[in-house]
Amino acid sequence: MFGRPNLYTSYKAETSVLPTWTQRVAALLLIVIAVTLPFNLPVFRDLPIIGYLGDGDWIRISTTALIFAAAALGLNLLTGVSGQVSLGHAFFMGVGAYAAVYLGGEPGSRVWGHGLPMWIWLPGAGICAALVGIIVAPAAVRVRGLYLAIVTVGLVFIGIHLSRLLPEISGQAEVGRTFPELDLRWWKEEDPVVSFADDGRWFGFLDVTERQATYFFALGLLVATVIVSKNLIRTRTGRALQAVRDRDVAAEIMGVPEFRYKMIAFSISSFIAGVAGAVFASFLGRVPPETWSLLLSVEFIAIILIGGAGTTAGPLLGAFFVVLLPDHLDHFVSWMSDQAIGSSVWGRFWDLFVSTGVGDFGFVADFQPAPGSPLPSSLLDSVLYGVLIILFLLFEPRGLFGIWIKVRSYWKGWPFTY
Amino acid sequence: MSLLAVVIAQEETVEALGASALDRLIHAFGRGLAQGSIYALVALGFVLVFKATQAVNFAQGAMALVSAWFFSMVLVDWRIPGRWMSADRYVEWFLSLLIAIVLAIMLGMIIERLIIRPMIGEPLFAIAVITLGLESILRTIGSDAVTVTNRSLVIPWGARSFKILGATIFWSWVATVIVTALAFVAVYWFFRTRYGIAMRAVAFDQEAALAQGISVGRVFAIAWASTAVLALIAAVCFSMSPFGVGTVTVATTGLALRALPAVILGGLDSVQGALVGGLVIGIAEVMAGNYLATYTSTLGTGYALVVPYAMMLIVLLVRPYGLFGTPEIRRV
Repeated sequence: MFGRPNLYTSYKAETSVLPTWTQRVAALLLIVIAVTLPFNLPVFRDLPIIGYLGDGDWIRISTTALIFAAAALGLNLLTGVSGQVSLGHAFFMGVGAYAAVYLGGEPGSRVWGHGLPMWIWLPGAGICAALVGIIVAPAAVRVRGLYLAIVTVGLVFIGIHLSRLLPEISGQAEVGRTFPELDLRWWKEEDPVVSFADDGRWFGFLDVTERQATYFFALGLLVATVIVSKNLIRTRTGRALQAVRDRDVAAEIMGVPEFRYKMIAFSISSFIAGVAGAVFASFLGRVPPETWSLLLSVEFIAIILIGGAGTTAGPLLGAFFVVLLPDHLDHFVSWMSDQAIGSSVWGRFWDLFVSTGVGDFGFVADFQPAPGSPLPSSLLDSVLYGVLIILFLLFEPRGLFGIWIKVRSYWKGWPFTY
Repeated sequence: MSLLAVVIAQEETVEALGASALDRLIHAFGRGLAQGSIYALVALGFVLVFKATQAVNFAQGAMALVSAWFFSMVLVDWRIPGRWMSADRYVEWFLSLLIAIVLAIMLGMIIERLIIRPMIGEPLFAIAVITLGLESILRTIGSDAVTVTNRSLVIPWGARSFKILGATIFWSWVATVIVTALAFVAVYWFFRTRYGIAMRAVAFDQEAALAQGISVGRVFAIAWASTAVLALIAAVCFSMSPFGVGTVTVATTGLALRALPAVILGGLDSVQGALVGGLVIGIAEVMAGNYLATYTSTLGTGYALVVPYAMMLIVLLVRPYGLFGTPEIRRV
């Protein structure tokens, strides 16, 4: 069995979550790394490339990546597994966030809130988003393909308008309101049982900082989402969803009710989106309604495409790639400009790309120039974003996961080419 | 979306020009017609690309912004051809527009050649998403370029207006309507020519058209070039009276999104649908903005921008392929 990833000797082996030993070891390693990463252990600190990743800021970015990965898995169930292209994922995340703040936020003179504990508002956010998904689904099931993508664009705009209409829930435009903190209380007591948004001591021996605590909460959320989505894909429902994706008419002829399964896909996807949106909003603390815009939806589409649509590992890879990209790019640009100041041959080379001061030629600048050329490095990542989407779709439509498949099949047959 | 916020701020100043109710109606109707014509222009671009390549071009707004930026560079910064000749203001302006149109054609053809043609045969969704990636690139570069200096388009007729029965009508509205009419006539004429028939054949069945000896690639190039030209013209119209004050703004990128309801209302693959959808959506938006203004406290500020999307959703519930769109025949 070893070295033959596609050889299955029993049905049970084929449908198991982690069919091969490589995958089991990789999953275990991933979990170990994910758990130990925020502790800034010497091992990671001394590694050459990821050395700077150990600082506190990086933990916040990877927490964002974890939350985005969870949300992307939700979109993946709808777009990757059941083939319904949705640009409305940000809308469902927003619905979840505002349901959470309505249930769990502190009531004020101009805002509504009930101050309920997290074990109510977190599932509540998911359920509200799922209900909205179920309301929208009958309309969405009638239209297909690109029409659906455009309808869901409309959903985003209507959602932003609604949030302007109800400042009692969403807070002021451009400002937003304070979202409930990530902490576990039984009811409205003073002291939380476990707080994920504060320094604390866990299990009696583990001192965690605020950022590490939030990181672990997001990690828990992601692991739960991965388990749900991985298991959903290999059940009857998951196979039905894939049948609908591959050919909806054929699926219906085989006895898979298209309408029901599209409803299921919409509701599960929006449930996950709602929960992730609520966690994302309370992780940021204060969110203006404009956050839930079309750009966020496009970002999720980019995540699942770059990672590899229809797989579970793909959105995880994609989320880390897309969320960590701007940070790495900033580091790269400042490294380039450090090089460009030097007068070596390499310095001349990098100087072609980077502008080190006003008037110096270059495509990017690490200082903040006046708008116009050159691009500041903060804008470079949204250009690169587009370039990456295009390059992946042109050359590797199956995304990062597809690259892994290629590498695997190369080594599987090595030294032969097949 | 800050882009929309800019537009809303302009929308708030809906002037109650003209005293009587009839004057207000005429003013609103003229404005709606102009606004709808711009939507129809953008929608026509969507339809042409969809007919030829079966893709939705989400980058149309960004293409409009970039080509309008080129136009302003040609017209104001380089003064081509004005620096070599001393002709009438109008002549110079239209000659510059011609050069900008050539640039837009090049932009469209480069985009088509580099990223659309290799995607022939890929799923439609992938092509739509690739245009989203393109949008991200063009929007970032274009908006970075137009926010630094005020990119003026020196519209020759400026903000001049005339009166019909006491209602103010701007000359730029008239120009917009005329340009749109010309564009639709040109497209109708184009569909009767050799390449127009080729494009209709490609829209019907790509492989069959290929087998008949039609160069599908050239049809793609024509479709994208004409979309880029339509985007440029729409952006120039967008910079004038109903929306702007003669300068290219970042809000141009939102143009494609604002025209989407018009495209869907008319049907993604129908030219007359683009016209009808654009006009209906434009007039509905302006009328709702003017006559429901007393209910702003219930509807919320900027509700007029949501009216098109609400109309789109309702129409799609009744007719999933728009008013004039061809229903997709589904086979196993």
